[in-house]
Amino acid sequence: MIKLVLDVIITSLIMGGIYSLIAIGLNLQYGVARVLNVSHGEFVMVGAFITFWAYKLIGINPLISLAICGPMLFVIGLFAYRTLFHYLRKSSESIDVFEGRSMLASFGILYIIQNIALLWWGPNVKMYTFLNFPIKFFGLALEANRLVALLFTLVVVLVFYLFILHSNIGKAIRAAAQNEASAQLLGINVHRVLALCFGLGALLAGLAGSIISMMQEITPLMGFPYLIIAMIVLVLGGAGNILGSLVGGLILGAVTTIVLYWEPGLSLVVSYAIFALILIIRPQGVLAR
Amino acid sequence: MGNTTAFMKKWLFPFLLILLLATLPFYTGPYMMVSITSILMYVCLTVSWVIFCAPTRYMSLATATFFGVGMYTSAVLGEILPFAVVVACGGFISFLIGLLTGFICLRLKGFYFAIFTFGLNELVRHSVLWWEANVSGTVGRWVIILESMTIYYYMLVIVLLTVLVAYFLRRSRFGLILFSIGESEEAAAHIGIDVTRYRIIFFAISCFFMGMAGAVMATKWAYIDPRIAFNPILNFTPVLMALFGGVGEIYGPILGASLLTAISEVLLSRFPYYYMLLYGIIFIIVISFLPGGLVGLARKWRKEPLKN
Repeated sequence: MIKLVLDVIITSLIMGGIYSLIAIGLNLQYGVARVLNVSHGEFVMVGAFITFWAYKLIGINPLISLAICGPMLFVIGLFAYRTLFHYLRKSSESIDVFEGRSMLASFGILYIIQNIALLWWGPNVKMYTFLNFPIKFFGLALEANRLVALLFTLVVVLVFYLFILHSNIGKAIRAAAQNEASAQLLGINVHRVLALCFGLGALLAGLAGSIISMMQEITPLMGFPYLIIAMIVLVLGGAGNILGSLVGGLILGAVTTIVLYWEPGLSLVVSYAIFALILIIRPQGVLAR
Repeated sequence: MGNTTAFMKKWLFPFLLILLLATLPFYTGPYMMVSITSILMYVCLTVSWVIFCAPTRYMSLATATFFGVGMYTSAVLGEILPFAVVVACGGFISFLIGLLTGFICLRLKGFYFAIFTFGLNELVRHSVLWWEANVSGTVGRWVIILESMTIYYYMLVIVLLTVLVAYFLRRSRFGLILFSIGESEEAAAHIGIDVTRYRIIFFAISCFFMGMAGAVMATKWAYIDPRIAFNPILNFTPVLMALFGGVGEIYGPILGASLLTAISEVLLSRFPYYYMLLYGIIFIIVISFLPGGLVGLARKWRKEPLKN
């Protein structure tokens, strides 16, 4: 029994940490840059595949890949914002119109990335073994890769949270999230901040993908469920609320893990049901002020 | 006399088009018929999406849900009831679920409505998947097979019905009500419009046609499972087609759906591997460079002012 409880707790933390990473990324993109990036899950997938190929072809340690993956996706995200979304923003007459158009455009990106991945890497499931030995822990055998993943997820989340809280860029991001016009009046280059947010969102998705590839099978179609999860957490924590996404991700990780142990087929159903309920009862987010 | 000419001018082309479509099986082969049936299906889905979503500016991403509900109705009832009744049932069950959905998401404004409907499709898909695996003990279901000619005529009738309803709705009191909700919901409520009631009813009406289309099209696939019936791509396709055509005039969505379906059929046969990739690129180009759709382009060309 204690073994089961410990196992559930650790799995919840791993899943929750990954969900938080992905959701904070989406929150930067939607909560600040106002792009509901439907292709967010695809960035997770790209991160996972970069790590996979770096390990398979050149033998780069997946943990070092984190340092390659992040910047690469950051550049991709920045490029996508600078070209496409910036143009859409300038040519839309209101922010509501922009939200609609940018979401549809990101759906186009989803198609493009996913199909390039399918053509390039094929539809088959891929996996590599990394730190695949058990570590004894209170009489519980846990795979080392899961513990490492847990550690790195928590470190990335924490570092990123401190970055948002204390650095100047982080403060500019929070200012833009609260009120764009005032932020602009205070001398913040809002468009640069928005592009940065989009890039950082892609970066976090890539890191999450990299960590996921250490312990799970990957396919070009793996991204979509993570997008849905990120949207659920976004709604749970409220748009623009980074701490909300962090806590929301951990909560959702715990809930899905518990349901997964109880009835595997219902795990996704329960998360959607939570999502629908929250939207109906408190559309501004449960953890929002 | 002038009135008659104007009337003739306006209705001559639609009338000829209907005549052509009604007699189509006499001059085309079976392959063409199947292609045109799928064009009709997308026209139906796009126009029924436009009925509610264009004037009110609530972006629904649950087209696949109601289409899939129709498909499942067809699979479950197909062998018990006559087909015409099955189609009506598909529409009616979709209508009821649409009413329920509209009722549930009353408080959702603007963008949250889009996210909710998007999640709704996933909720339904995974629930049905779980139900089929654990209660019915299957993955998919077989559907009765009909001749492609029968499917074609059913689809044609449904499309005509959808377009007529959409056309007369636009010109009626209710069309104005829906537009005023889209312009400003609060202002609409202040002038005495029961916003809630109209939102729910017209959302459900647009679901009705999606359900009927699903019930008919299920027979074309012959085998359905939740992944086919509630395919999330179908949530976005009508939106793209409507935007491509432009929602300013009734011919916009019809033209958009027909052209895009034709283009994607060609792409699918020419470049089966790159088809989805090209589709994504078209998606982005349409959204970036055709804000008013083909209707907007036509108006710009004729130098008319852009309106909704």
